[in-house]
Amino acid sequence: MDQLLPEVAVDTVKVLRRLGYAVEFPEDQTCCGQPAFNTGYWNEARPCAENFVRIFKHAEVIVCPSGSCTTMVRSFYPELLAKSSFREEALAVASRTFELSEFLVKVAGVTQVGATFPHTVTYHASCHGLRELHIHDEPLQLLRQVEGLKLIEMVRSEECCGFGGTFAAKFSDISAAMGTSKAENVAATGAEFVTATDPSCLLHLQGILGKRHAPTRTIYLASILAQESPPRQSMGQEKS
Amino acid sequence: MSQTAAQRFLQDAAVKSADLVHREIIQRGMDSYDVAHLKGRARIKDWEAARQKCQEIKREAINHLDRYLLQFEEKVIARGGHVFWAANSEEACTYVKNVATRLGVRTVVKSKSMVTEEIHLSPVLEKAGIKVWETDLGEFIVQLRDEPPYHIVTPAMHLNRGQIAKLFREKLDPAIDSDDPVYLMGAARRILRQAFFAAEMGISGANFLVADAGVIAISTNEGNGRLCTSVPRIHVVVTGIEKVIPRLEDLAVLWPVLATSGTGQGITTYGTLIGGPRQPGEVDGAEEFHVVLVDNGRSQLLADAEQREVLHCIRCGACLNICPVFRHVGGHTYGTTYPGPIGSVLTPHLNGIKEFKHLSYASSLCGACTSVCPVKIDLHHHLLQNRRNATEAGATKSSERLIFRAWRWAMLHPRMYALGGWLMRKVLRILYDLGLAGSILDPMRVWNRYRSPVPLPSESFRARWRKGLGAN
Repeated sequence: MDQLLPEVAVDTVKVLRRLGYAVEFPEDQTCCGQPAFNTGYWNEARPCAENFVRIFKHAEVIVCPSGSCTTMVRSFYPELLAKSSFREEALAVASRTFELSEFLVKVAGVTQVGATFPHTVTYHASCHGLRELHIHDEPLQLLRQVEGLKLIEMVRSEECCGFGGTFAAKFSDISAAMGTSKAENVAATGAEFVTATDPSCLLHLQGILGKRHAPTRTIYLASILAQESPPRQSMGQEKS
Repeated sequence: MSQTAAQRFLQDAAVKSADLVHREIIQRGMDSYDVAHLKGRARIKDWEAARQKCQEIKREAINHLDRYLLQFEEKVIARGGHVFWAANSEEACTYVKNVATRLGVRTVVKSKSMVTEEIHLSPVLEKAGIKVWETDLGEFIVQLRDEPPYHIVTPAMHLNRGQIAKLFREKLDPAIDSDDPVYLMGAARRILRQAFFAAEMGISGANFLVADAGVIAISTNEGNGRLCTSVPRIHVVVTGIEKVIPRLEDLAVLWPVLATSGTGQGITTYGTLIGGPRQPGEVDGAEEFHVVLVDNGRSQLLADAEQREVLHCIRCGACLNICPVFRHVGGHTYGTTYPGPIGSVLTPHLNGIKEFKHLSYASSLCGACTSVCPVKIDLHHHLLQNRRNATEAGATKSSERLIFRAWRWAMLHPRMYALGGWLMRKVLRILYDLGLAGSILDPMRVWNRYRSPVPLPSESFRARWRKGLGAN
C-alpha cells in the first residue's frame, strides 16, 4: 500500500483526521510479514512480526486499511509468536489492531463520516475481513451513510476474488479464472465502482477488469469515505 | 521422466479453469446445491449449536479411538461378524480378495465408498477375475467412463444429461434415444437389478461405526446400499478407523447434519444400521459379515496433535462445494481420491508431503471451507500449517528460500525497503513506457498475463508523509 497504493493510506489519514483523531505513521514500519507467513516461511515472517510489535506497542489504537494485514496481526501473530519473547506484547498489540471499517463502526461508534459520493457502488466482501475478523455489515453501514451513493448488491459477494497472495503467482491460471468469475459478477451489477476492505483484492480485480476493458472501476473503501467534493478516478489511475 | 503430481495439477488446472462448458455445468450444480444447503440449514433450529455438538462427538471419538474401536469390534464379533484391521491399502485389498476367492465369488456389487477408492480395491478384485459393479448411479456412470469419482458425494456432477445419454448409448445399449433423466435412470436400473441378483458379495462403506451398539450406519438415497448389503450372501464393509462414534444416540445429530451438509436434505432417504450377519429368525441379511478397518496413514495423523482434528471429517463434501478453487478446476484436477479443501489437507498426510505439498498452496486461503465444515475442522489453517511443514522439511525450492531470506533482510531495513520499492517502481515504469509489459524482461509478467499492470505511483506513502502529510 505504501509503495503501490499510497492514495489508500492518504485517504485513510484524511478520514481519521476528519473525525478528530491524531494520526501517527511510524516511519520504520515495513511489512507485517504475511507474504512469508502465508507461503510457509514462518522463520522469515517472525522477525517482521517482532519488528511490528516493537514499533506499534505504544500506540493507543492501530488502524489498518486492510483486512488482510489486520488478520495477520490479530489472528496469526499470537500463533506465530507463541514461543517468542514478544508473545505478551504481541497479544496486547493484536487486541488493539483494527481494520478501518471495524474501527469506525465497532470502536469509534461512527457510521456517518460526512462523505459524498454520487455514484453506484457494489461491495465485495474480502475473505480475511469476513471470515477471520468477522466483519460483515460494518462497511455497508458506512457506505449507506455516504451521500449520493447507491449500493447495488452483487451475487456471490462473499466468494473469493482469487487473489490469495503468492497464490496469484503460483497458480496464476486459477487465480485469474476466479478473478474473471468475480469480475463477471461485478459487471452484472452495472455499478460504476466496486469497493472492498482489502486493497489487495482490488489491485487484483482492477487488473482483471482492466484487461477486459470493463467499465467498472475499483475504489478502496477509505477513498469513498474521504470524498467530500466531486469524485476522483479509480485508485489505480490516480495521478499524484 | 514422467510428470510429477504438481506439474500435472498445474497443467490440468490451466485447462479446466479455462473450460467454460465445465464451469457452466459445475456452477449450475453448485447453485442448486447452495439453495438446498441454505434451506436445509434453516430447518435446523440452531445450526451453530449442531456443528458444535458434532465437533464434540467426533473429538471424543478421535481422542479415544482405541477404546471405541475395540468396543465396536467386540460387539460385531459377538454377533458372528468378522473384523479385520488393515494397516494399509495392500492389507485391506488382499483380505477382501481372499474372502472373495475362498468363497468362490465371481460378481461383486458395490455401494458408494470413498475408502475403497482410496485403497484401489476394484482393480485388485478385477485382476482376480471378479466382475465389480458400482451401483450408485453416479459411481456407475464414472465406472463406465473408466474415471475416478469427480466429487466425494456426487461422483458424476461434471457431466450433463446429454453426455450421460451418449455414454449409455455407447456402453450399454445403442437403442438409447433420449436424455430424459428418468429414462436414463431406468436404463441403468434394468442392468443393475440383474447385477444385484447375480452377485455373491456386496461391498459397502460406512458413514459411521457406532461403538456402543456395534453397528455400521449408512446414509444413502438410491436404495442401492440396502440391496448391496442384504441381497448377496456376503457383505464386506470397508471403512476408515476414524468413522467410529461413541453412541447410537449421536446419530440423532450426525445424520441430519451430514445430510444437510451433503445435499441439503433433512435426512437421506435411507438410513441403514447393520450389526452382523443374519441372526436366527431374521428374514434378511448376509450370511457372512466382514468389517475391514483401514488405517492407511490415519494413525500417523492421529499422532499429529496440531492436525488430528482432520480425522473428524464425515465426508459430506460441503467444503468442496463452497471452494472457489474446486469450482474452477474441478475434482479430477486434484489427482487425488479426496479432492477440494479436505483433500488438500489430508492427502499430504496420507500420500506424502513431498509429492502432494503443492495442493496446500493451491488455495487462496479464503476460509470458505472452514466456515461450512459441519464438524468445524479448521481447514484453511491446516493448509497454512502444511505449508510451514513443507518449508521446515526443506521440501520447497531453493530459489524461493533465497527470495524470502532476501525479503526478510529488506523488511528489517526500512531504508533498503523504501529504496527497493522506489527502484522497482522506477524500473517497471521505464519498462512499461517502452511497451515491454508482459515481455520476458518484465518481472511482473505472470501477473500481467491475465491482468493490466499494477499502478506505479511516483511517490510512496512514506515520501508523501514526510513531505507534509505528517503534520497533524
